[in-house]
Amino acid sequence: MAEPETPESEPAARSDRSPWNWLLIIPIVLPVMTFLFNHDSPRLWGFPAFYWLQFMFILVGVATTSLVYQMTKKR
Amino acid sequence: MSDHITEIIVFTFLFLLVSGMGFVAARWRRPDNMEHLDEWGLGGRSFGGWITWFLVGGDLYTAYTFVAVPALIFGAGAAGFFAVPYTIVIYPLFFLILIRLWSVSHRHGFVTPADFVRTRFDSPTLALLIAITGIVATMPYIALQLVGIEAVLKTMGVTGDSAIARHAPIIIAFAILAAYTYQSGLRAPALIAFVKDTLIYIVIIVAVIYLPYKLGGWGSIFDAAEAKFTASPNPNDGITLNANNQIQYITLALGSALALFLYPHSITGVLASKNRNVIKRNMSALPAYSFLLGLLALLGYAAIASGVKPITDPATGKVDSNTVVPLLFDMQFPSWFAGVAFAAIGIGALVPAAIMSIAAANLFTRNIYKEYIRKDATPAAEARVSKITSLVVKVGAVACIVFLDPQFSIDLQLIGGIIILQTAPAVALGLFTRWMHRGGLIAGWIVGMGVSMWMLWQIPNPATGRAHFGGSAFPLSDLGFDTKRTIYVGFVTVLLNLLVAAIVTLILRAMKTPDGVDGTTLSDYYADEGDPRIDKDVAAAVEHKSST
Repeated sequence: MAEPETPESEPAARSDRSPWNWLLIIPIVLPVMTFLFNHDSPRLWGFPAFYWLQFMFILVGVATTSLVYQMTKKR
Repeated sequence: MSDHITEIIVFTFLFLLVSGMGFVAARWRRPDNMEHLDEWGLGGRSFGGWITWFLVGGDLYTAYTFVAVPALIFGAGAAGFFAVPYTIVIYPLFFLILIRLWSVSHRHGFVTPADFVRTRFDSPTLALLIAITGIVATMPYIALQLVGIEAVLKTMGVTGDSAIARHAPIIIAFAILAAYTYQSGLRAPALIAFVKDTLIYIVIIVAVIYLPYKLGGWGSIFDAAEAKFTASPNPNDGITLNANNQIQYITLALGSALALFLYPHSITGVLASKNRNVIKRNMSALPAYSFLLGLLALLGYAAIASGVKPITDPATGKVDSNTVVPLLFDMQFPSWFAGVAFAAIGIGALVPAAIMSIAAANLFTRNIYKEYIRKDATPAAEARVSKITSLVVKVGAVACIVFLDPQFSIDLQLIGGIIILQTAPAVALGLFTRWMHRGGLIAGWIVGMGVSMWMLWQIPNPATGRAHFGGSAFPLSDLGFDTKRTIYVGFVTVLLNLLVAAIVTLILRAMKTPDGVDGTTLSDYYADEGDPRIDKDVAAAVEHKSST
């Protein structure tokens, strides 16, 4: 595989780099900060905070991956 | 057994229906030529958004997860809920990392992660280590799917006196599974996943609405759980975490997330999708399964509230906590619906078991058979070897359950998650940088594996009275820290692995040891469907050229 590929032959110099990608840190860091959610109260529909907050984090994850996908989509 | 006759009939009917679909799958989206590993082992790399969603969802959230996670919650409380942060963290990671693996694999025709490592680092030895790690980590995982089916069968009272009679149903189930996987390849689990996941969603939605209604609402379910944990002598249970198990909770979630996408079967599911956007869109859609898993996990508390007592195995006298959720369904649901729920779990075992055996078979074929036994194997020969290997793998998994203590498979799976993490420096980091020297990666792998084994050996489990391999929570006091806190073994050892890999890389560089040739280029990591440079025949010929 010695032959260097000329940039001209590449399909429009693609790259995945985008500042939007930094948003993906949020759903990685949030669930790791146990002090934020390791409590019984307040309860929501009987669910202790520990549980409903982590269910919320799933939605945060969905929101950020959707946003990053939309913003970085090749037009 | 006679009290469960309706359940057994519904279960058997749905099971046979799905088996029929497995055989028909060979004709579904039929390729011109099935005798190619891309077709049998990756479904022609053609799956769109919906199929990928069902396939990867059915692949990552296995039957074992569905019975073991609620069982963990039932036993220990909040600590078992790590499955939720674990499956949140995984998707942003997939989004950034697996997308590159998909592109480079698409460009070069890679079928396994070890294929990638071989070309990237120009080292068949490193690829062999990655392949063996993958196979060893996957085998017990397949065996555990049988544990999931067995939990359901036990609840329906389908048991026998001798080892063979007790295991006859799962032997038959796996024989059927093996036959249609052999015939249809990855298309079989892809088609079955539709039925499995639809059933699972229905069962869970009904369960989370109907059970609280019968048990006095979620509030009283949590209160019942809290009362149980307050009364128990174990200091580390409870409906929230305590000071000592938070680090374990975090590191287990992060470590498991990293491990999950290194597992060969998740990579197989992702490589089968047809373009980058399918994968990216799925990273927003797959968390629906995390929601499902979280709700299912809480059924462990519902089981506490409804007074479930896990079945004790009459042969061994051991309590099988995995029967908690099936027993809850059996107690609370009308028997026909319990049958549907049991079928969902039983069929749920088939999808991942099929994908895992295909992934393990592909690793053997590409990185052991073609590399060391027959270098000139044609794509048709590769497909043939993979098909046969997938049979061998399943026979091995059944043998593990029939002839060994199932606890052995559970221990192996625990180890599996930790050893698969040791491939992270080569596979995950390798997608971003080639700074590491192949010799450094090999050294890091050896140290990471060795220390993992030592640490796991040190961990006792007072609950089962075992001195070794008692869990993955390593007491930090054993490392000289004055604390009662614990940490996930895999997290420590993968960091150590990286450190060793980096140091050895620097030494090898200083000694001017040859580093091999990188067979990939920067733009390979962004390639997408319709890339003008891709010609499938050329790709097949190119991939092993670099080192000869």
